[in-house]
This record gives sequence, structure tokens and C-alpha cells, in this order.
Amino acid sequence: MTREETRRAIEDLLADYAHAIDDDRLEEWPSFFTADGTYTIIPRENQAKGQVVGIMNCTSPGMMRDRVLAYRRANIYEPHWYRHLVSALRIVDETAGVYTVWSGYAVIRTMQEGDIAVFSSGKCIDRVVFEAGKARFKERLVICDSARIDTLIVLPI
Amino acid sequence: MATAYDRIVWPGEGVSAVPYQIYTDPTVYAEEQARIFRGPAWSFVGLEQEVPQPGDFKTNYVGDTPVVMVRGRDGRINVLVNRCAHRGNLVCIQKEGKNLERLTCVYHNWTYDLDGALNSVAFRRGLNNKGGMPDDFDMSKHGMRRLRSESFAGLVFATYSPSAPSLFDYIGAEMRPNVERVVGRRMKVIGTYSQYMPNNWKLYMENVRDSYHASLLHLFQATFRINRLSMDGGIKLSDRGWHHISYSIGATDREEEQYAADKLRAVDDEYRLADPSLIDKWAEFSCGTTLAIQSIFPNFVVQQISNSLAVRLCLPRGPEACELMWWVLGTEDDTPAQHAIRVRQSNMVGPGGLISMEDGVVGGWVQRGTRGDRDKATILEMGGRTVEPSRDSRATEVSIRGFWNGYRDCMEGRAGR
Repeated sequence: MTREETRRAIEDLLADYAHAIDDDRLEEWPSFFTADGTYTIIPRENQAKGQVVGIMNCTSPGMMRDRVLAYRRANIYEPHWYRHLVSALRIVDETAGVYTVWSGYAVIRTMQEGDIAVFSSGKCIDRVVFEAGKARFKERLVICDSARIDTLIVLPI
Repeated sequence: MATAYDRIVWPGEGVSAVPYQIYTDPTVYAEEQARIFRGPAWSFVGLEQEVPQPGDFKTNYVGDTPVVMVRGRDGRINVLVNRCAHRGNLVCIQKEGKNLERLTCVYHNWTYDLDGALNSVAFRRGLNNKGGMPDDFDMSKHGMRRLRSESFAGLVFATYSPSAPSLFDYIGAEMRPNVERVVGRRMKVIGTYSQYMPNNWKLYMENVRDSYHASLLHLFQATFRINRLSMDGGIKLSDRGWHHISYSIGATDREEEQYAADKLRAVDDEYRLADPSLIDKWAEFSCGTTLAIQSIFPNFVVQQISNSLAVRLCLPRGPEACELMWWVLGTEDDTPAQHAIRVRQSNMVGPGGLISMEDGVVGGWVQRGTRGDRDKATILEMGGRTVEPSRDSRATEVSIRGFWNGYRDCMEGRAGR
């Protein structure tokens, strides 16, 4: 792939990922990751202090699948929807086929009664690889700007 | 003169029904600040480990009053109201910091020693013999207010009350062993975050003590058939029920066998975990306790859920909001494997917690449900109408009634006992 094609494929990965969540196709969420892929949401200040515990920590796509199944069948929460705004994508490194990708995000959350609020904003540091020509997350690290979550967090970012 | 609180009518027998008004009334909220948070209660402020060296500080709140915990030159921890005596500005603007010589108010550069004593006033003598403070301005009378503070098992608490019992006695003989068991080691903060919830702080504290709801609202473990065989369990209450522990003790051998069987079947069935390493655990406590949720009145929680350890503080943020502050803990002696288990188990708790996320939302629903009918009341009669320790931890609301005993003791001037 040319540089331009690589970049476009990574942009598409981030866009497809955001649409899958925003469209409530959560069952597709784990499929954006490699078989050893990991997913973490951690507040900026925890990350800065070298703490490892944050808001979510999935060490495998199986754990992501379990989370989605829990949301569908076990957990109780008020229906709500996200809208991801993804910005400022930069490919900052490529080492042995692993692309390090920075992006900014904002998630606007709409509750069923109509309340709309900026729910979270922050920076994603993604490690992206290509498998059979498809871009996948080997690691998605969501560093949220605030350590305060309004009420609860269900859907991934 | 009767206050808003004094006019509230408690239906039923003392603490077996709670008037809805108490969750919304702004005047009651203000009176709680005076009678509980600035009254005889001890409030959790932070962990000693958060301020390891002299000059280290960390801010927090006692009720809705901003405070700062700072370690003095003598190594002792001071808890000061985080406010300059001059014009009321916050002195410590950063949430935390290290190695300060003094505390300095940025507004007019008044400085304080680490114990809160006023050290200097900028231009106190004026400039060129003009201005300055009056000659009789007494520096010794204008420090940052220092609260009475004490530690237990590395946890720092403060109180406004000169006559409250010592923290040791306040926590009490029934409650101290569990606090020591869970956090009385070389603890390490492995993560912090908070949950801002659209409900009165007392609704959260009722929920923490509500062992009745656990298997009914929280369905994660039941859905995935994660077996929790319990040999023993129950509820312990402090004198008059101010504090509580709800606990389970696992049937160790059988539980290990069951756990192994759960893992084997894991991938065979949609309702088994695809990745059961989520529930990996180890036998950390020789007593076999698998779960212990403890509350210390008014708004502090000590948590052990398997190997997930945390302390939580529910800060009032006005009559209809509260903020739950979390300190997720490990110990300095954890092996890398144990640390990894704690990190994975952290998925069970907090704002995105698979087991407990419902706790963040149910209070807001009660708030919305009750707001319009201030003259009605809840029912708190499960397991009786009084406050007696219980061997049963599921079909009783005794711990919630204990909270209201503490609440009424403070609000009605009976505390101190």
C-alpha cells in the first residue's frame, strides 16, 4: 500500500469503529481488534501518574464480547446513544508494521428523554496493524480528559 | 425556632420509612452540612500514602467544604479548610502537589505554614509608610482553620467536633477489624476516578447498605452463571447501626472446584464468559471472606469484592447531586500476577463496572420518582423495623435503618451518645 492508501485505511477504521458504536452495532465492536487486541479507557491524570487502573480494561476481544453480552442481557441502564466526533488524526510512528495513531475525540451522549451533553473528550493512542489487507486495532488506548464520569459508562469510546 | 428539618415528620417507627422530602429539600441539605459534616461525624479525607513527604498535599471535601490534607515538617498530617483567611480564596488550587515549603494564597500572597498558621501578609506594613494592615492585626488569629484529624489503618479522617469520640472509638470494635484487614497493609493507589450522580448523597449511601438489592438489580454474575457459593455471610452493625459490614465467606474448597468447572465450560455456552480471565482471583484473605462492603457513617465505604479493593467517598454536591470518589487499591507487596488480577477485576466496579454499574443510575431514578411527592415516604421494613444485627444478608434492610439511626442522631442532636 502507498502511504496515502495506508492513511485512508486507518481513517476508515476509525470512522467504521465510531459508526458501529454510534449505530448500536456493539456486537461488531470486538471485530475491529486483532485476536490479541486490547482496549483501555483511562483518565489522563491516572495515565500521567503511571497508574494502570481506569474506567475499562479489556485484555482480549473475548472480554469485549462479554461486556457487550452483559450490556444486552444483564446490565440495567437508561437507553442512550453516542455520537463520536473524531479529529486531528496523525500517524506518528510505524515500526515493524505497527502504526501508532493519535486522534482526538469528543463523545456527545443523548439520553432517551432528550438530554444532550458532551459526555467525554480525550485522546486515543491506537496501535494499528494490517491483517489480510484490513486495518485492525492491536491496542486502543482511550485517554479521557476528565476522571469524572457522569452517572455511568456503558458503551465503549 | 423550628428548622426545615425539625418540621419533617418521620412516619412509621423511627427509621422504617423515610420521607421523600429529605432527598430534595435545600434547607435540609444545608442543615446536614452543619449537623453532620460540621457536626459529630468523622469524614474521610484521604490516604496517608497520598502525602508521603513533608510539604505534600492533596485536596478533598468535608461535606461541601473544601479541605486540604498536608503533611507537616514534623511528619504529622494536618487537615485544613482550604481557604485563605483574608478573602476566602482557595489556597491550594492544584488537586495535589509535592514538597511545598508553605501554602501560599495566589490572590494576595498571604502565606501559611504547613499546619495552617498565618506566616506572612504581603505589604503588611504598607509601602513607603502608606497603607498596610492596622497595627493591631493579630497574625496568630488568622490561620487557615485546622480541623481535628486522626488516622486509622492509613486512612485519614477529620471532624469539626472537639467532643466527638476518637476516630478509633468512632469506628469502633465491631468495625475496626475489617478496615484493618482490607486496607491496613502497605497499600498502593492503582487508580482513581469519580462518578457524578444525579441524586442526593443519602440515596447512594442507602444503596451501599442495601444488601436486599444486590442479587435482584445486579444481574451480571447470575446471567453468566458465575457461581458464588457461600458458606457463611451476614451483616455486622456498629452500636446503633451508624456503620455496617455486609460480608460473604466462601466455601473455599468447593468454590475452587466450582470455579475450575466454570472455566472449563466457559466457551461452550453463550452465557459463559468468552474470556474467563476476567474473574481470575486468588485466596488473598485467610479468613475466606470473598466479599465485604463496609460503610462508615456518614459517607465512606471500604470495599473488598474478591481481590478488587477500593475505598469510596460520596460527596454531597447540592440537594440533588453527589460525587462518588474512588480510590482503587492494591498493595506494595502484590506480585505482577496479583496486580494483573486486580486490574482485570477493576472491570467489575466503578462507573463502567460490570457488576455494579446500576448503582450509579438507580439513585437518579429514585430522585426523579420522588421529587414531586414530598409528603410521601419510602418503605424500609424488610427484616423488621428496628436495627438489630442479622445473619441474613439478603432479605433485610437493617443496615439502611442503621444509617438513618446515625442520621437522626446527628440531625436531632443525640450524637455523642
